[in-house]
Amino acid sequence: MSDAAHYNFAYLDEQTKRMIRRALLKAVAIPGYQVPFASREMPMPYGWGTGGVQVTASVLGPDDILKVIDQGADDTTNAVSIRKFFERTAGIATTTHTRDATVIQTRHRIPEAPLKEGQILVYQVPIPEPLRFLEPRETETRRQHALEDYGLMHVKLYEDIARHGHIATTYAYPVKVDDRYIMDPSPTPKFDNPKMDMCPALQLFGAGREKRIYALPPYTKVVSLDFEDHPFERTKFDRGCELCGAEGIYLDEVVTDDRGGCMYVCSDTDYCEGRRAAPHAAAPPIREARR
Amino acid sequence: MSTPDAPLLVAEGLSKRYGQRIGCADVSLGIHEGEVVAVVGESGSGKSTLLGLLSTQLLPDAGNVRYRMRSGDERNLFALGEAERRFLLRTDWGFVHQDARLGLRMGVSAGGNVGERLMAVGWRHYGRIRAEAENWLERVEIARERIDDCPSAFSGGMRQRLQIAKNMVTRPRLIFMDEPTGGLDVSVQARLLDLIRSFVGDYGLAAVIVTHDLAVARLLSHRIIVMRHGRVIETGLTDQVLDDPREPYTQLLVASVLQV
Repeated sequence: MSDAAHYNFAYLDEQTKRMIRRALLKAVAIPGYQVPFASREMPMPYGWGTGGVQVTASVLGPDDILKVIDQGADDTTNAVSIRKFFERTAGIATTTHTRDATVIQTRHRIPEAPLKEGQILVYQVPIPEPLRFLEPRETETRRQHALEDYGLMHVKLYEDIARHGHIATTYAYPVKVDDRYIMDPSPTPKFDNPKMDMCPALQLFGAGREKRIYALPPYTKVVSLDFEDHPFERTKFDRGCELCGAEGIYLDEVVTDDRGGCMYVCSDTDYCEGRRAAPHAAAPPIREARR
Repeated sequence: MSTPDAPLLVAEGLSKRYGQRIGCADVSLGIHEGEVVAVVGESGSGKSTLLGLLSTQLLPDAGNVRYRMRSGDERNLFALGEAERRFLLRTDWGFVHQDARLGLRMGVSAGGNVGERLMAVGWRHYGRIRAEAENWLERVEIARERIDDCPSAFSGGMRQRLQIAKNMVTRPRLIFMDEPTGGLDVSVQARLLDLIRSFVGDYGLAAVIVTHDLAVARLLSHRIIVMRHGRVIETGLTDQVLDDPREPYTQLLVASVLQV
């Protein structure tokens, strides 16, 4: 008998899933609006994706194929354990291939391969409130959202330019959704912000500790905030991946020794592996790590 | 409907109770454009409650406040929607707190503090926001090179001047001040008072100033309202009230001022 038989499908009980689905429906109906929900204790600590796991558990069906990434990688601790969690509790199929997955749970990245209609991207969110570090009162930030009173958000960007000469926020870069709500895109690098705009896949955000769910329905307008004279700029890398040679993608710095050596490789492991496996990729040979 | 002589703000029968205690009872007053009204009285006399009511930060138990908007329409302030009220507060009005920490964001640079109101009304050009912030810092005598410093690194007097710049940047028509010179030494007070006086003169600003310092009232205000136990006991032209107080309590108040 498989482990899945010991659990209700996908761990959560049906009433809880129903409650979360209701929150999800509301979130989809009001893109970018943070819907409170009765977040449950999960068998993992806060900060390890309890919000994302609850959302994933609520949208999974027996035929779904799940992919889990952490910082773009399928083989990191968080990704491996969440994938195993759903293999055990839901008995569903899992994959590391972006194109084969129907549900992708992510921490901090959006896959490099374009997402398509029918796919669901579930984000793990630590702090859902984009105004939080400027305004500590929840009562006040809720009112600011309700009244579209968003001057404060630009104060943060102003401070960035005043201090660093440019908008130095590189992750959790605030966006305006559907010309209405300001949203924290979770701590994804700003490199990924443009992928959220008019994305064909459904994007769901779950914050377990903060008990909030929000969503971007397919093909929703998502604009990164900026100033007229300091427009939003996507992070650029002056090199390509040292494993597959890909350019224009997000790179991770991998330390290779204790003498300052490092190499830059695709943050998206599936994308990198796919390119190296494909005969037409013409990947350059792996070079000696630079010193 | 309004004529140029009509008051900017009219309060009628304002009352506020805190349980059994009276915060302020049956206060009526009018403030005209360019007029500075001082509210004086001892601690607990209801000055701050009145200021809170006039500036819609407190809700009255009875009475109302009408205000002539920039459009010329007269509106009952307590019937305004939250969004309209906030818009009014950060464009047409200003509020200078005694404690600068209530009026400023202490972790945000001076430029960011001044620029916040501009960004709130839709300014999205960094260069222009910064130029306007520099301009206002200069007018309140804060050196340009301090623009990127946080108010936590400013002296008490500078913080108050920064608060004023932050409020003035949207060219308000009415400004509320709660003991703006409280806790400052006299020479710093004098500079601040000079500054407020010049803004009132230059921009035709109307102001309601709550103070227990009669010297501040004499220097700044055209009219004075004396409060005691939540009620207005005497009102009139500042010089008239201070030189020739009618009520025994006002006489006591005037007589209590230390002479140097």
